[in-house]
Amino acid sequence: MIGFVRSVRSWWAPEEVRREGATPDYRFSLANERTFLAWLRTALALIGGGFAVDQFLPDLRWGWRVGLALALLAAGVLCSLRAVNHWARCERAMRRGEDLPVSRFPALLSLVVAVVAVVMVVVVLTGWEG
Amino acid sequence: MRGADAAPADRDPGLQPERTRLAWRRTTLSGTVVAVLAAKAALHGGATAVSVLAAALCCALWLAFLRIAHGRISTLAAARRPRALTPQHAVAAALCTLVLALCGAVLVL
Repeated sequence: MIGFVRSVRSWWAPEEVRREGATPDYRFSLANERTFLAWLRTALALIGGGFAVDQFLPDLRWGWRVGLALALLAAGVLCSLRAVNHWARCERAMRRGEDLPVSRFPALLSLVVAVVAVVMVVVVLTGWEG
Repeated sequence: MRGADAAPADRDPGLQPERTRLAWRRTTLSGTVVAVLAAKAALHGGATAVSVLAAALCCALWLAFLRIAHGRISTLAAARRPRALTPQHAVAAALCTLVLALCGAVLVL
């Protein structure tokens, strides 16, 4: 938690980050930036999925529809926060010449997406009958 | 395999700035889809004042993201070895996404 607070602070003080270590090859920074953008797109896709559940499954019961939509929107929020945090951590590790940070987030996200997909299949199959 | 003049030899053979520019474009396009879906949600479910406000905020956020992307693309194009993305830009782009999701929650409820 303290590490997270420190990294949040470093987002707002780029000059402090720039003083740390050596500037890496610009191509590495650009690759890190593209990874960040890919995570943002994942977040946007999850948010779009939330809207789609709400709009394109109107026959579902209100609770299921809103619950699934909110779950996808919450996953989008987490994904965008994680995107910027991971970008900052990678940038710092590259400046210091350390190993890049590892993370359980991709495994967690794929599990959540799998669970939401299974729930959606079940809900769509049973929700239209009920 | 290199050309005789100096400019192509100095060009990044991996086309990294171009790929980064296209990544920003793709991300803006994803944001456009979300903004359109938000507008559809607001108009479809009987436009109330709150839903119209949330959809308008989504469009404003999309414009903000477009501005961030455009600024970054200009920086990438300006120098042969562009500087890294600043933390402020990264946080601003992520915040746009985050608030889009919050507007989505308002529209869904």
